[in-house]
Amino acid sequence: MSTTVSQIDQVKTTPWAGGREPFSVEYGKMMMWFFLLSDAFTFSSLLIAYGALRFSADAWPSAELIFQSVPGMIDHGAPLVFVGIMTFILILSSVTMVLAVEAGHRNAKKEVAGWMVATVIGGFMFLGCQALEWAHLHHEGFWWGSIPHELDHFFKEGIAPSATYTQQFANLFFTITGFHGFHVFSGVIINIVILINVLAGTYQRRGSYLMVEKVGLYWHFVDLVWVFVFTFFYLV
Amino acid sequence: MSQHTDAHVHDEHGHEEHNAMSRGKIVQVFLILLGITVIEFFIALYLVPKDIINITVANPIYIILTLAKAFYIVAYFMHLKFEKVGLIYSLVVPILFIIGLILVLTNESHHWIDLIR
Repeated sequence: MSTTVSQIDQVKTTPWAGGREPFSVEYGKMMMWFFLLSDAFTFSSLLIAYGALRFSADAWPSAELIFQSVPGMIDHGAPLVFVGIMTFILILSSVTMVLAVEAGHRNAKKEVAGWMVATVIGGFMFLGCQALEWAHLHHEGFWWGSIPHELDHFFKEGIAPSATYTQQFANLFFTITGFHGFHVFSGVIINIVILINVLAGTYQRRGSYLMVEKVGLYWHFVDLVWVFVFTFFYLV
Repeated sequence: MSQHTDAHVHDEHGHEEHNAMSRGKIVQVFLILLGITVIEFFIALYLVPKDIINITVANPIYIILTLAKAFYIVAYFMHLKFEKVGLIYSLVVPILFIIGLILVLTNESHHWIDLIR
């Protein structure tokens, strides 16, 4: 028997040759990533549909004119302030989430729990703001399939108001922010479940806070989607 | 044959402990995200209303800043920058489909304008 092995019989040692994990990531975490990719497609489809309808419109209601109140404080003349607060809350809750993950790497149960509580509070605050925003718009007469009678003050000067496009705006706004808000809501629920497990010491016994990382991925994704929703509904 | 199969077993534990985000790095990324958002508000509430820059210039800037924010969230907060390159590509390359849909539907929407007129 020859001691030299022909090229074809040699055992391949590259990560892609089998017997190893090429991605070097736990199954559940990888599947969370692929779920988020599919969710990214869903949100993109909604936002691109919004973009296409808006491109084909002659007139579109102006964001600064529609969103210019801070519910309960300022009724008029504060464009984008309230959505700014919402954006800040969501980014901040993303930071507390990543701090929870960081504490998890050090197996610091109390810190993980603390940051998870902060993340849940941030999520509820965002949902509360979203509810106020929706209530305000609904009060003005916007809803799926309904718009206010007076439209002049939602359009910039020199642009003829259009009921059709205002209705398109209302439908898209409630559908897309609603779908995002539903994601935030499920994120908060999942965060609470994970928080209960943290407090029960499940992950301490397991010796790994990987579940916190996985739910963290979901939570950051929710923040990521908001970044796009914010740009395309409030800025552009 | 057998001595060759177990020759590579020992390097199975070769991959290093993936470097976790330190607190300093987290704060740094947070400040970057906050800074970008503040710039967006500055453009939307000051530069555009005062006619210092036109909305047609501001819109592409918003989109570039948004993509920058998306990069920081995905790369650092979601830790993708520190994953294996195979995982990164398997998640980033499918985004090409989204770009495809953008191209198709913007083109289509120009046709819708002609239908209305």
